[in-house]
Amino acid sequence: MTDHADESLSRRGLLTHCAGWAGAGALYTLTGGIASSISLDAALAAPPRRGASKPFTFLQISDTHIGFDKAANPDTRGTAIAAVEKIKALPDKPDIILHTGDITHLSTEEQFDDARQILSGLGAPVFYVPGEHDFLDEGQGRAYLARYGAGTLGTGWHSFDHLGVHFIALNNVANLKAGGMAHLGEEQLAWLKRDLAGLSASTPIVVFAHIPLWTVYEAWGWGTDDSGAALALLRRFGSVTVLNGHIHQILQKVEGNVSFHSARSTAYPQPAPGAAPSPGPLKVPSEQLPMMLGIRTARFVRGNEPIALIDQSLA
Amino acid sequence: MTHAVAAARRLAALALILALPALAASSGPAAAATPAKTVTVAIKTFAFTARVITVAPGTTVVWTNEDEDPHTVTAADRSFHSAALDTGGKFSFTFTKAGDFGYFCSLHPHMTGRVIVKAN
Repeated sequence: MTDHADESLSRRGLLTHCAGWAGAGALYTLTGGIASSISLDAALAAPPRRGASKPFTFLQISDTHIGFDKAANPDTRGTAIAAVEKIKALPDKPDIILHTGDITHLSTEEQFDDARQILSGLGAPVFYVPGEHDFLDEGQGRAYLARYGAGTLGTGWHSFDHLGVHFIALNNVANLKAGGMAHLGEEQLAWLKRDLAGLSASTPIVVFAHIPLWTVYEAWGWGTDDSGAALALLRRFGSVTVLNGHIHQILQKVEGNVSFHSARSTAYPQPAPGAAPSPGPLKVPSEQLPMMLGIRTARFVRGNEPIALIDQSLA
Repeated sequence: MTHAVAAARRLAALALILALPALAASSGPAAAATPAKTVTVAIKTFAFTARVITVAPGTTVVWTNEDEDPHTVTAADRSFHSAALDTGGKFSFTFTKAGDFGYFCSLHPHMTGRVIVKAN
């Protein structure tokens, strides 16, 4: 990412860069939970903010579940490869890729190795957070951390900056407690507080974690029991985008300056909250499967605009 | 008349069921010599079925995962725990001491169960 070290891009440079995607005409944005579009003129007319810089695209891939081979998708390897091919063919290349967990289905060495091979060659650095399926080895995450733990703290949390945007990777699948939902824990929350302390409120924040950080459906454990403490720390920021996987479907919610978005899986769909006796792999007619799997591109324009998300199915 | 016969049969069956734990309990400390009792718990649709079971000391409980998602059997106090059980995977644990053992799935912690161990 050293090629993006110029964080003080001029207004002129910004306009020149934007011209590259001006042909798209409109950006799909999510405001107040409702998708809408804004014109590029409006996006460009807003005054540039100090510290924020040129637009860039990043990408979210989730729940590849390498190793799953049941009826809902006997070929998760094939659908993950289809997602990789789709990413490689994108006209607007992502600077970075976020994998929001459940890389593997059963945390085996073979599945991690296979996933690494499939996800290599994406042409951009991939940043990971673990899902509960990546933490179910006897070492409770040892296999995951051996591969993705370098440069992270605790059970794998970390943060980094890219072109003025602060990315925060959280692990909410470790040390879960009986009767609860996903959990961040005191140590991670204390780290988050320190991590955010030096940032100005105008810094755009992207948080990514596997299980939703808002309660989607408590009866199925689709939430994080101490997410309120994390959100309290994030409330002072003007733009917070929270990305997650786990539930294998697109859902979003907006709460003040915080927008929550869950992504599709590349492996198999799951039922809508409460639409079945339990969560779990949902079998659909095979011709419908690619429509229910997908990837998500995210376009960051400037700190004062919402990040534009575009979900693309594998169909 | 047939109603009375059926009722009588039900009563007899009930008496037999009630008598069984008593028989087990009467064997007392010498129970080690008798074949250990096994109780099964299914893990399906993200639930332990039955969620609460009561067994005599020495009983082996066998859990079988009937879901397509992996699950674990993990004591709330971590005194026993299974590896991740894939579809068809089994875990067994023998409860030797009386007590109330809460457990959960460490992957899906909203899934909870209890094994109550007591001499009858």
